[in-house]
Amino acid sequence: MTEKTEVSPETNGHSGEYLLETRNLKMHFPIKAGVLQRTVGHVKAVDGVDLSVRRGETLGLVGESGCGKSTFARLVLRLLEPTEGEVIFDGEDILGYDRKRMLDVRRNMQIVFQDPYASLNPRMTVGNIVSEPLKTHDVGGSSSGERKRRVQELLEVVGLNPEHYNRYPHEFSGGQRQRIGVARAIALNPRLIICDEPVSALDVSIQAQVINLLQDLQKEFDLTYVFIAHDLSVVKHISDRVAVMYLGKIVEIADRAALYGEPRHPYTASLLSAIPVPDPQKERERQRVVLSGDVPSPANPPSGCHFHTRCPRAQDYCTEHEPGLDPQEKEGHRAACFFPVLEGQHIEEPATSTPYRAG
Amino acid sequence: MAMLEVNNLKTHFRTQDGVVKAVDGVSFSLEAGETMGIVGESGSGKSVTALSIMQLNPKPPAQYPEGEIIFEDQNLLETSDKRMQEIRGNDIAMIFQDPMTSLNPVFTVGNQIREAIRIHQNLSKSEAQEKTVEVLRDVGIANPERRAKEYPHQFSGGMRQRAMIAMGLSCNPKVLIADEPTTALDVTIQAQILELMVELQEKYGTAIVMITHDLGVVSQLADKVMVMYAGRAVEQATTDEVFYDPLMPYSWSLLRSLPRLDTAGEVRLLPIEGTPPSLIFLPEGCNFSPRCPFVKDECHEIDPSLEEKKPAHKAACILSVEEIEENKSRVDEELGVQT
Ligand SMILES: Nc1ncnc2c1ncn2[C@@H]1O[C@H](COP(=O)(O)OP(=O)(O)OP(=O)(O)O)[C@@H](O)[C@H]1O
Ligand SMILES: Nc1ncnc2c1ncn2[C@@H]1O[C@H](COP(=O)(O)OP(=O)(O)O)[C@@H](O)[C@H]1O
Ligand code: SF4
Ligand code: SF4
Ligand SMILES: [Mg+2]
Ligand SMILES: [Mg+2]
Repeated sequence: MTEKTEVSPETNGHSGEYLLETRNLKMHFPIKAGVLQRTVGHVKAVDGVDLSVRRGETLGLVGESGCGKSTFARLVLRLLEPTEGEVIFDGEDILGYDRKRMLDVRRNMQIVFQDPYASLNPRMTVGNIVSEPLKTHDVGGSSSGERKRRVQELLEVVGLNPEHYNRYPHEFSGGQRQRIGVARAIALNPRLIICDEPVSALDVSIQAQVINLLQDLQKEFDLTYVFIAHDLSVVKHISDRVAVMYLGKIVEIADRAALYGEPRHPYTASLLSAIPVPDPQKERERQRVVLSGDVPSPANPPSGCHFHTRCPRAQDYCTEHEPGLDPQEKEGHRAACFFPVLEGQHIEEPATSTPYRAG
Repeated sequence: MAMLEVNNLKTHFRTQDGVVKAVDGVSFSLEAGETMGIVGESGSGKSVTALSIMQLNPKPPAQYPEGEIIFEDQNLLETSDKRMQEIRGNDIAMIFQDPMTSLNPVFTVGNQIREAIRIHQNLSKSEAQEKTVEVLRDVGIANPERRAKEYPHQFSGGMRQRAMIAMGLSCNPKVLIADEPTTALDVTIQAQILELMVELQEKYGTAIVMITHDLGVVSQLADKVMVMYAGRAVEQATTDEVFYDPLMPYSWSLLRSLPRLDTAGEVRLLPIEGTPPSLIFLPEGCNFSPRCPFVKDECHEIDPSLEEKKPAHKAACILSVEEIEENKSRVDEELGVQT
């Protein structure tokens, strides 16, 4: 279900509110086996994702390892071609774009990767790393002197010493390398930056430096972020709205306060309950819901609601039917669950015996 | 009498660039059934401390110029390799961050646990096999008979970590050292593993050293905490004391640099500027002085030692308790933190 399905013919789907939208986006990787390498199945890494990102907002995307977050990011940037679906950037479906038009889109859509060690070419100087996008897109001045000045300006913006232009990535710490990645991402004045676990590899003290930097840059340059992370505290800190992913699907989306304060989906509620908070008193008083079992394989997801094998509220009905991402009481709050956790309820007790419908 | 006592432990590594003082004068003691958390940035000496207790630091380059580790009246730093091997299997066990590096990929999981049991306990092969299945069941692995016949790569990350715990706990150790046991795992699996550790501790009275950079995990499990910075213990107290009234600016800064799940307010994070120092060229004076938000001139000259600031609460800082409290309130006010 899309949040906005009406497409007016005049605007060709151009919506003022959203900078990025995906519709029914799917990536099914073939599983090959045997000497003939026949396709024996599919990993449904992303399985019908509808997300809309408002201009200027930060949309957090959380979920456990392997649930499809990075694959989603690669699809949006067209680093991967989807099996199905649409990626709409600034009102236009970019999937049909040729190389030339895509180059234009890429200027406006950048990514910061998780691993500050692997994502920078160790044989390139920092200056060359940051100026690479400027060269590719032929901007930032034509002479190398002009470009160098632009790069030094960028280094300064992200809090690095512009004098370190000629140094190599290994001469920097993890946090500094992540700043280099950020400088490269903002070099072309993009409108959207997808941050794929940008602080996960960093120590907490350094994490805070990078988080503050991303927040400052957003204000200064009017950026829109998709912020991918498995750490719900970091996502809570930085996001306006948050989407929760499980086995290739969005299971809940809401603004920050609603998602953290009144999670409807049992998975979101259990995730929040699982995270230990840095407060011993609160920890002693806490009643935790510990989910049993592992995340199932996306090559072989459970029938019906994908979460039913681990869900403390699961009913027989859930094993046969798949819930849609349905609206909840609060505007913009959606959850894919037949028996959502309602105000004041415990995660373990299903409140209604018939599938719930809001409104 | 304490189960484990570490006195002034120094573990140094002789390298090409100079002597790395990875652990430089650390002391603590641990009672049966007690859990101590060790926290600190990467490279602060947490793992080396653990490996020193296990006597698993490579020697050379590791040296122990000073200190003692007392376990059951023996100084582990002076114990023979043969005796140490017995202690490692029977009395002190360790769980590592990455179970893949400590499980052998070419043997089945069951085989490895069984051999660990057989080396350390005088059991026949079939008795050891039975015990293997039992410990796998203990750590919540379904179908333990079948699973025991599988190889590590057939296990998920969480299951491998549980298998490691099974192996570590197969002989009911008196001390369990867990080095970032859940860092590589998802939160829902982390919750399972932590619950399991607590259950086993209650059952067997195990003393646990929990090494982690996750302050949430520490508040959930630890009775007391040791904060490490650049190879030294810079604060030691009960978990409540360290979290509610940190008396070392580094511990306090760590808490202020964390995004919180449990507070509503939008508070700007307070990063700790700069990076941890090189352990070969430590700064003059206090090791934390280049990054300390409360630094004053004397800090660049005086190297503070760990001292009791309040009863049973030690911290390494030249500031008095009053000065520290004043500084904390001042910065909190600037940040807009409600306390
Ligand atoms: N090229 C590929 N071929 C086959 N399967 C793939 C491929 N890339 C990813 N997958 C699978 O797709 C699923 C989703 O992977 P993805 O990297 O998107 O997860 P993620 O949510 O980013 O996880 P993490 O938190 O660990 O980064 C996983 O099961 C993964 O193994
Ligand atoms: N075998 C070794 N040789 C030289 N230096 C080492 C060795 N093992 C660890 N170190 C150094 O000791 C310091 C502390 O490491 P460690 O205890 O692993 O940190 P952490 O607190 O992250 O667990 C680091 O500077 C590390 O590089
Ligand atoms: S639909 Fe059923 S199984 Fe799925 S999350 Fe809701 S209660 Fe659980
Ligand atoms: S001694 Fe000085 S620099 Fe060191 S922690 Fe205390 S105030 Fe900070
Ligand atoms: Mg990923
Ligand atoms: Mg370590």
